[in-house]
Amino acid sequence: MLKQVEGSRAVAETIALCRPEVVCAYPITPQTHIVEAVGEMVREGTLAPCEFINVESEFSALSVAIGASAGGARAYTATASQGLLFMAEAVFNAAGMGLPIVMTVANRAIGAPINIWNDQSDSMALRDSGWLQLYATSNQEAVDLHIIAFRLAEAVSLPVMVCMDGFVLTHAYERVDIPEQAEVDAYLPGFEPRQLLDPAEPVTMGAMVGPEAFTEVRYLAHVRQMQALELLPTLAREFEARFGRDSGCLIQRYRSEDADTIVVALGSVVGTLQEVIDTLRDAGHAVGVLAIRAFRPFPLAEVHDALVDSKRVIVLERAFAVGQGGIVADSVRKALQGLPAPIHTVVAGLGGRPITQASLRGMIERGMRDELPSVTFLDLQTDVVERALERERTSRRSGPVAEGVLKDLGVKAMQYV
Amino acid sequence: MSHQDIKFYQTGTFTVGNRLLDPEQRSVQSTLERTNALNSGHRACPGCGEALGARYAMDAAMAATDGQIVVANATGCLEVFSTPYPETAWQVPWVHSLFGNAAAVGAGLAAAMRVKGKSDVRVIAQGGDGSTADIGFGPLSGMFERNDDVLFICYDNQGYMNTGVQRSSATPPAARTATTPAVGPHPGHQRGMGKFVPEIAMAHHIPYVATATVADLRDIEAKVTAAMSLRGARYIHILVPCPLGWGSASHDTVRLARMARESGLFPVFEARDGEVTDSLKIRHQVPVEAFLKPQKRFAHLFGKQRDEEAIAYLQARADRNIRKYHLLEA
Repeated sequence: MLKQVEGSRAVAETIALCRPEVVCAYPITPQTHIVEAVGEMVREGTLAPCEFINVESEFSALSVAIGASAGGARAYTATASQGLLFMAEAVFNAAGMGLPIVMTVANRAIGAPINIWNDQSDSMALRDSGWLQLYATSNQEAVDLHIIAFRLAEAVSLPVMVCMDGFVLTHAYERVDIPEQAEVDAYLPGFEPRQLLDPAEPVTMGAMVGPEAFTEVRYLAHVRQMQALELLPTLAREFEARFGRDSGCLIQRYRSEDADTIVVALGSVVGTLQEVIDTLRDAGHAVGVLAIRAFRPFPLAEVHDALVDSKRVIVLERAFAVGQGGIVADSVRKALQGLPAPIHTVVAGLGGRPITQASLRGMIERGMRDELPSVTFLDLQTDVVERALERERTSRRSGPVAEGVLKDLGVKAMQYV
Repeated sequence: MSHQDIKFYQTGTFTVGNRLLDPEQRSVQSTLERTNALNSGHRACPGCGEALGARYAMDAAMAATDGQIVVANATGCLEVFSTPYPETAWQVPWVHSLFGNAAAVGAGLAAAMRVKGKSDVRVIAQGGDGSTADIGFGPLSGMFERNDDVLFICYDNQGYMNTGVQRSSATPPAARTATTPAVGPHPGHQRGMGKFVPEIAMAHHIPYVATATVADLRDIEAKVTAAMSLRGARYIHILVPCPLGWGSASHDTVRLARMARESGLFPVFEARDGEVTDSLKIRHQVPVEAFLKPQKRFAHLFGKQRDEEAIAYLQARADRNIRKYHLLEA
């Protein structure tokens, strides 16, 4: 049913359609609206049977989900930012045990400095936890990916993170088509666990494994991710046949088939990029976009095929590896190994900084003129950075970096008054 | 606690008492009906109090639920000695997730059983004092506060024994551990009350809190049975001497557990809805010294120069427990 609805609400209603049996909730901005809405549906009885558990931390949120899943229940939770890091130990544990939990990550920056706004440092920090990671470019995709996520998770017995940009998507009111219960039921069968804690057939789960088999067990986790890589396009085709939308493919190409310059991105910025690309196309430039929907497993072959004919690749990232550079760019580089096209990293939108069409257009035009360095921070205020470095050079007790930067900006702002 | 009405003199063998009970009240060592939920063949040290306590607690829970239990176990000795794949000593469905989340995993299991219409399947979460009082304390308190239908059993050996005997917040004052060495002006663990989780559990006003020691196996069984007759969050804290960590003889495990109770250092009681309802009385009070002396972790108190101050401090602690929990019969 078509609705003009907040992203979080749309996701919550979709989660309910997926019939989770245990939902664990702990508040953290910008995720909270999702579990609030799910909780309300459980209280009203519109989502039943379902146990809604208000836990005392994210660590317990995922731990309760682990217990629920081991007990044979379809389990869901949602988190963001510090919350995802606080549950990090359990994140790895759920994947290691092969428990098909689905979790929404409402992408948000990681402190310090504490920041509640959007970037993707949180899910990127846990990209190697063994979870499958899907990134939504719109609220419609967020809705669709959650349905696919439960199906995928339970098919390969691995947990799935559905990542959606905090605020930009979670708090945006958009037109979203929320499927009917019967349609979802037909696509998503009930949960049949591969392993179950059941007194009728006692098993031991999560016990120690030594060097004699640890490599094999970990390798099999990799194999399962590779199986997901093959399965996801099939599930996406089935989804498209039933719901009429292409939402679950590993990648999504936009005007990139004959493009010399292709911008690679994950998440909501893809929408902005498409508009910029349209403008540049109108001006006669051969540019396109490649959205990566599945970051784990990483679709090396599909990314290779999508980029192989381009002259240059710009990877736009909402997170970065401090001391190294681009995270996504590294994987793209691997996909394009041996090919001559230069691969640029552009770090943008950290801590909620808006990524504007003007900035993107300027950046892409620099790229087309081959003026982009290998790593760029979009809209970086270099003068502010220079002055901060100068303070550190001239004073041992230069104080908290963040405070210095803000004071500096304040002084600058005053000068304009 | 009807078993309390039967009084008998414990002789040095510690076994004669059981034979003086009515047959139906005796704790059962070996019978066809016994489930052996924690089976033989595991790798616990000789004289391990935790293995003994867990075996009796599990079998009592199995008997009380007609075998319908699932178990979430924290990381620690009990997890390690009972399982490395492909072997397992557990004859019950059992899961180990992490060091600090057993209570939360148990809560998840309880939710799964409810939603799946299997409310007859009961959940036990368990771990040592580290996973209870320290690293898993937040999730434990959360489970209590929500009154999740989980029995949490803490096997308290007063330190991190699995990692090589470091102090926990349940380590008693003056005890030597790897991180509270017996050197300096105040050798051993710092003074202070530490963290006595049963009292904190009571502050959550959960339906049932009890303490026990492996010196009274029948008492463990009775308390686990009582706990399984109730719904909601329940907590049993069992003192389990550790020959390795305490520096005691493996044949002294039960004797030390008994002296911990009979000195007053470890109060054994039951509490319902946040109030103490019963305590196991001390019949023959022993000075704390009798409990401390056989343990190498307290050897520095009895060197060339006795540490009278530390011994008096521990005696005062025991005396306070005796007053607080009315451990001496009138």
